[in-house]
Amino acid sequence: MEQVSLFGGSATSAGHVAVRFVPDFVGWQAAARAQWQAGLPPASLWWQADPKAKAPPAADDAPGPRVPRSFVTLARAAACYRSADRWALLYRLLWRLSHGERHLLTLVGDPDVARVNRYAKAVRRDVHKMKAFVRFRTVFEPGFDEPRYVAWFEPEHEIVAYAAGFFQRRFANMRWSILTPDRCAHWEGSGDVWFSPGTDKSAAPDGDVTEDAWRVYYRSIFNPARIKTRAMMSEMPAKYWKNLPEAALIPGLIAGADRRVAAMEADRREQDTLRCGATPEAPAAMLARRADDAESGSLQQLALRAAGCQRCALCGPATQTVFGEGPADARIMLVGEQPGDAEDLAGRPFVGPAGQLLDAALSEAGLDRRSLYVTNAVKHFKFTPKGKTRLHAKPDYHEIHACRPWLEAEIERVAPDVVVALGASAAMALLDRRISVTRQRGQRIAWHERCLIPTVHPSFILRSRERRDAEYRRFVADLSAITAT
Amino acid sequence: METIDKLAILADAAKYDASCASSGTTSRSSLGGRGVGSAEGSGICHAYAPDGRCISLLKILLTNFCIYECSYCINRNSSNVRRARFTTKEVVDLTLDFYKRNYIEGLFLSSGVIQSADYTMAQLVEVARSLRVDHDFRGYIHLKTIPDADGELLADAGKYADRLSINVELPTQTALHDLAPEKDHRTIKLSMARIRSRQEEQAEARRAARRITNARPKAAPVERFAPAGQSTQMIIGAEPSTDADILSTTADLYSSYRLKRVYFSAFSPIPDASAKLPARRTSLIREHRLYQSDWLIRFYGYRHDEITAGADDASAAGMLDLEVDPKLAWALRNRAYFPVNLNRDDRERLLRVPGLGVKSVNRILAMRRWQKVRLEDLVALKASVKKAMPFVICANHHPGLGDVSSARLRSRFAPPAAAQQSFDF
Repeated sequence: MEQVSLFGGSATSAGHVAVRFVPDFVGWQAAARAQWQAGLPPASLWWQADPKAKAPPAADDAPGPRVPRSFVTLARAAACYRSADRWALLYRLLWRLSHGERHLLTLVGDPDVARVNRYAKAVRRDVHKMKAFVRFRTVFEPGFDEPRYVAWFEPEHEIVAYAAGFFQRRFANMRWSILTPDRCAHWEGSGDVWFSPGTDKSAAPDGDVTEDAWRVYYRSIFNPARIKTRAMMSEMPAKYWKNLPEAALIPGLIAGADRRVAAMEADRREQDTLRCGATPEAPAAMLARRADDAESGSLQQLALRAAGCQRCALCGPATQTVFGEGPADARIMLVGEQPGDAEDLAGRPFVGPAGQLLDAALSEAGLDRRSLYVTNAVKHFKFTPKGKTRLHAKPDYHEIHACRPWLEAEIERVAPDVVVALGASAAMALLDRRISVTRQRGQRIAWHERCLIPTVHPSFILRSRERRDAEYRRFVADLSAITAT
Repeated sequence: METIDKLAILADAAKYDASCASSGTTSRSSLGGRGVGSAEGSGICHAYAPDGRCISLLKILLTNFCIYECSYCINRNSSNVRRARFTTKEVVDLTLDFYKRNYIEGLFLSSGVIQSADYTMAQLVEVARSLRVDHDFRGYIHLKTIPDADGELLADAGKYADRLSINVELPTQTALHDLAPEKDHRTIKLSMARIRSRQEEQAEARRAARRITNARPKAAPVERFAPAGQSTQMIIGAEPSTDADILSTTADLYSSYRLKRVYFSAFSPIPDASAKLPARRTSLIREHRLYQSDWLIRFYGYRHDEITAGADDASAAGMLDLEVDPKLAWALRNRAYFPVNLNRDDRERLLRVPGLGVKSVNRILAMRRWQKVRLEDLVALKASVKKAMPFVICANHHPGLGDVSSARLRSRFAPPAAAQQSFDF
């Protein structure tokens, strides 16, 4: 409806109106706004590029068209496309976007949208290739110590001004010129990029001292065992080759590749003679040696031996063994289930969120963590990968069982009076049977001449949302009961 | 030895590192600085070699002398290749000379291990420091870190470099033990863990600094630690690990250390090779299928074990189908999941359609708020309509393929036997 009324309100019944405008995005934008404000629909306009055209008088009071920001980005790119119909296309899109089809750009199957997308894509690709394939050569100019860097490039579309900002930002402290058949861009190390008319290749320097090194690099970095000519050609089409100093090497590299590979495959040997001195000790051997050197039967020796443990498959995905820590004469030992993400990275038990909660609860219960021995039933983190995070996975009977000798050795060495099992897995690892932690929490269970007290794992409290405060209080109460004989 | 001769040796020695990425770092320019260099989100490939690989960085070794004896490596201790060593200045000058002529986006510096891990790492860090501090170089720097190197060196490396990487080298610890006795996954992963921890500490410090806005004088901004993240690489086909092993390790690494990329490098012959290695190169199509699977894990919501699970049509258990891509292979094995209705189903299901990429799916979701999605729209999206057709329902398309067997459907997409030969290389 809106469209009909606008048609009706315009005064263009007398056929086409010629719009003269400077053929770049800014020139088109100014002209398009004026036509739009005059209410001229696309079919009535005849877009005539004219580099000398004057900008239309600004009609500041009249509202301009409102379009999505994505259209401006798209139009800026498509405006560089080397084709006469781009301006009418852009105006048609502008008109449709501002006349009831604000969502137009999402309709990729629409012919106008498909075309503008194609234009913009081709331009962006051309710009990308310009950023990639411009090759500067040095020219020494009188009065300057540093050379000017001059390149010759033949873009497919009218992109020199559109792409110049990239070179300005990248090479801000050099003086450079990029010469092309359309127009040339220059930068003097400060001020603004300035432009001059297009030129031909003879104006550009024809070599540079560094090109030899570049060719050596190109030749050496190529792996003859992986010929993929088509992949190369699609990314570096032959039309660019004439201005790339390395391109002349390509046919020779391809031709010689098979021979080089065959020679390498034939040349294999049984005997290895060291040529760069003695090889260092293998990490596993180094670890074993350090364990041997440690005080026999000490916790430190146990920890070093456990560091290389491969008694179950958990050592594969995990980072490291997280052994227990605390004084060797601790009277109380806390046993958790297994290390988590943070513990696996740090190599220390209970340092993640559950550890922080445990620390807080311990100090509320009047216990100093530094006087306790803190460990886990399973010493490697068991997890399921999910994107960039690791989900905790419950260790199974086999894994708990495989890890038990380490836990038993820790208990034997520390010989605590009280062992606190944090959670069901820990209790099961210690008692070798399942118990209900919720029912038996805080109770003292006689166990191998010691006292075992089960309670919940701190991560259980983290998971219990609205009951979190109440659970935390119960946990502190359980911990407080440890010392109250 | 002339610098240019060293370049020939030390670039040749570096070509087995697949990564040449220069994207995803902090945006910056040389305006207002003393030197050259900028970074604007996406990387730029300044040339392509006939191996189809992008040349974005000056990828070299500082030296190819190496005390390690990794069978698969051209620079291993016992290799009789020519050896060379760059000075810091030589690397710095080459980088700047190349950069100023717009040949490269920056430097990817690696090294053989000489004397010790710390000594070698200190040499690498010094090059990065000189570029950044002496020359105010704002281009991209990727440093290969040496496992076991000191934490302070690592901190400096992360301060100057955009990206850090440590190669996990082979998919399993067993394989590494056999082929690279001086390395092990434990120390490699410990280094990755340290990098992740550093990044998170620094990110936390930045958040804290932002919270305190009224402090005067303003504290110096906390720099990001290795803003382009960390990556790794593994060689495939040098030992018998399956694709399932490889993808499992890959998924573990992404989730454990927040890696930006895991690169796969198909084993290719090296001069003066050890007899422990296979005589033949690994097919590049296998490498390609692994990269496709990596994409499915990272961007399409596939679990790593889904991709290789039940691949009965593959030649061996745990191996990917070389003839059709892993997404299509999954679709052919899970016909009950399809057809997916392009006009009604959620994003997660759309992402499972063979032939539709993430971008296409996003556009379909935007478009269908306004109109029914038709087959022509898929054409306009440049989606692979032929691949998608048997698996989708849309406004003007209902596949009558419910009873076409997966084997017949597969034969539409798999190349005929004669054409398969060409895939080998």
